[in-house]
Amino acid sequence: MHRLKHYLALHAQNLLGTLGRMARQPVGSLMTIVVIAIALALPTGLRVLLNNAQILSGSWDGAIDFTVYLKLDVDTARAEELTRDVQAREDVTQTVFISRSEALAEFRAYSGFGEALDVLDENPLPHALIVRPASGDKADVEALAGALALMPETDFVQLDTAWVERLNGILDLARRVVDMATILLSLAVVLVIGNTIRLEINNRREEIQVVKLVGGSDGFIRRPFLYMGFFYGLAGAAMAALTVTLSLSLLASPTHALAQLYGSSFNLAGLTWLQTLLLLGSGALLGWAGAGVAAARHLRAIEPS
Amino acid sequence: MIRFDEVFKRYPNGRNALASVSFHLQRGEMAFLTGPSGAGKSTLLKLVALIERPTRGSVLVGNQNTSRVRRRRIPQFRRRLGIVFQDHKLLNDRTVFDNVALPLVIASLSRRDMGRRVRAALDQVGLLGYEKRSPVALSSGEQQRVGIARAIASRPELVIADEPTGNLDPKLSREILELFERFNEVGVTVLIATHDLVLIEEHKYRRLRLDDGKIVSGHAE
Repeated sequence: MHRLKHYLALHAQNLLGTLGRMARQPVGSLMTIVVIAIALALPTGLRVLLNNAQILSGSWDGAIDFTVYLKLDVDTARAEELTRDVQAREDVTQTVFISRSEALAEFRAYSGFGEALDVLDENPLPHALIVRPASGDKADVEALAGALALMPETDFVQLDTAWVERLNGILDLARRVVDMATILLSLAVVLVIGNTIRLEINNRREEIQVVKLVGGSDGFIRRPFLYMGFFYGLAGAAMAALTVTLSLSLLASPTHALAQLYGSSFNLAGLTWLQTLLLLGSGALLGWAGAGVAAARHLRAIEPS
Repeated sequence: MIRFDEVFKRYPNGRNALASVSFHLQRGEMAFLTGPSGAGKSTLLKLVALIERPTRGSVLVGNQNTSRVRRRRIPQFRRRLGIVFQDHKLLNDRTVFDNVALPLVIASLSRRDMGRRVRAALDQVGLLGYEKRSPVALSSGEQQRVGIARAIASRPELVIADEPTGNLDPKLSREILELFERFNEVGVTVLIATHDLVLIEEHKYRRLRLDDGKIVSGHAE
């Protein structure tokens, strides 16, 4: 009990001492923290953007409507009957019937070829059904499309999943790139902190010798340096979290405006609490590791003479 | 307390610092280590504190053969020993209290015991009330006394001192020496390296005289 209390008191003392030491060199400490913050903010920011892209592609993924074009000789009554049949299927959520005349009106209104259509004797457009599958799974969607294509009245089914696959491919690649950036920049954080701690060890060479002379163990000597690395990492991570959150809030309103133009209510997702915690934890851990590497390499070499 | 047996020390640069040094310092004894500069006094003390290791021969400190102390155990070994340096080796960014408390912090003393021991040590060297001061604000003699307080704070059985009066005038030197005498009176073994002959002449203590790496007198008692 006494030993534990002493141990905790020693740590508390180290903690305060280290913070005090960092506060006494505010410019140098701040510069180190900013460098760490930048190195951590980059992969964090990219990851958040990637998450957003995934949310966006996910919302499309779940709703791959496709169009079934009927043959030109299918009349309206039969088409409406078919619509009810398709609607009744279990693997279909919704079916919207667009008649030839509706299609023509829409085409006339939006395509800008309205006058060209007047030249034609009859409506060239077929009846169409817009089908929303119950399942977003690619195989299910394709199975449904295949089944509907086999109906004798079907001319052809236009199923456009290729672009979703392409988007997912791009996202996969982006994820890989972000992973690599994360690893490289984490390494950079370890090196930056390691170097800072190396300088600190050199500055405190005499003190280290004195502590060794009065019987300080390697662990005792290493502790304040590990704390310093820990704090640099933690402070850098906190600043990175702040930077990412601030940047996202600057992007939020233009993104929302853009999404609205597309008829979407999409909002940029920021860092969740869990992600923030993870970022802070990683920063502190990287700092601890960097300091540990520096301490292992340089403390042993300092011996009293 | 300290036993040297046929000890040789040759530094990597080829210099022979000690050659065939043998002596025995009894528990509770106080002795001077004398001789001209470069005679090997500092080397001898470094072998006692395990700052250096002998090239040949054995060094026993408190019945422990130093050659059997592995690197990892050196901190524990040094905690049983008080070392006083000519240049004090105080930490100037800490208070007098924190300097004296350093060995106690390392030895995991409770906060309360630590305060008591630090004040007792400062009282012994006549610096009670100096706890909150910075070492840089003190005179050279006061700094040396802080260094001595640090060396005795953990109540070691053995205190070694390398030229503890090196930078002090005769009056201050005499005061410092009286401190060591007082520790010796309560049973602490003391070994002081010095070339301050005037000081030595005033005292009856045993003298180990080193010259050119050899003990030329005082080895047998």
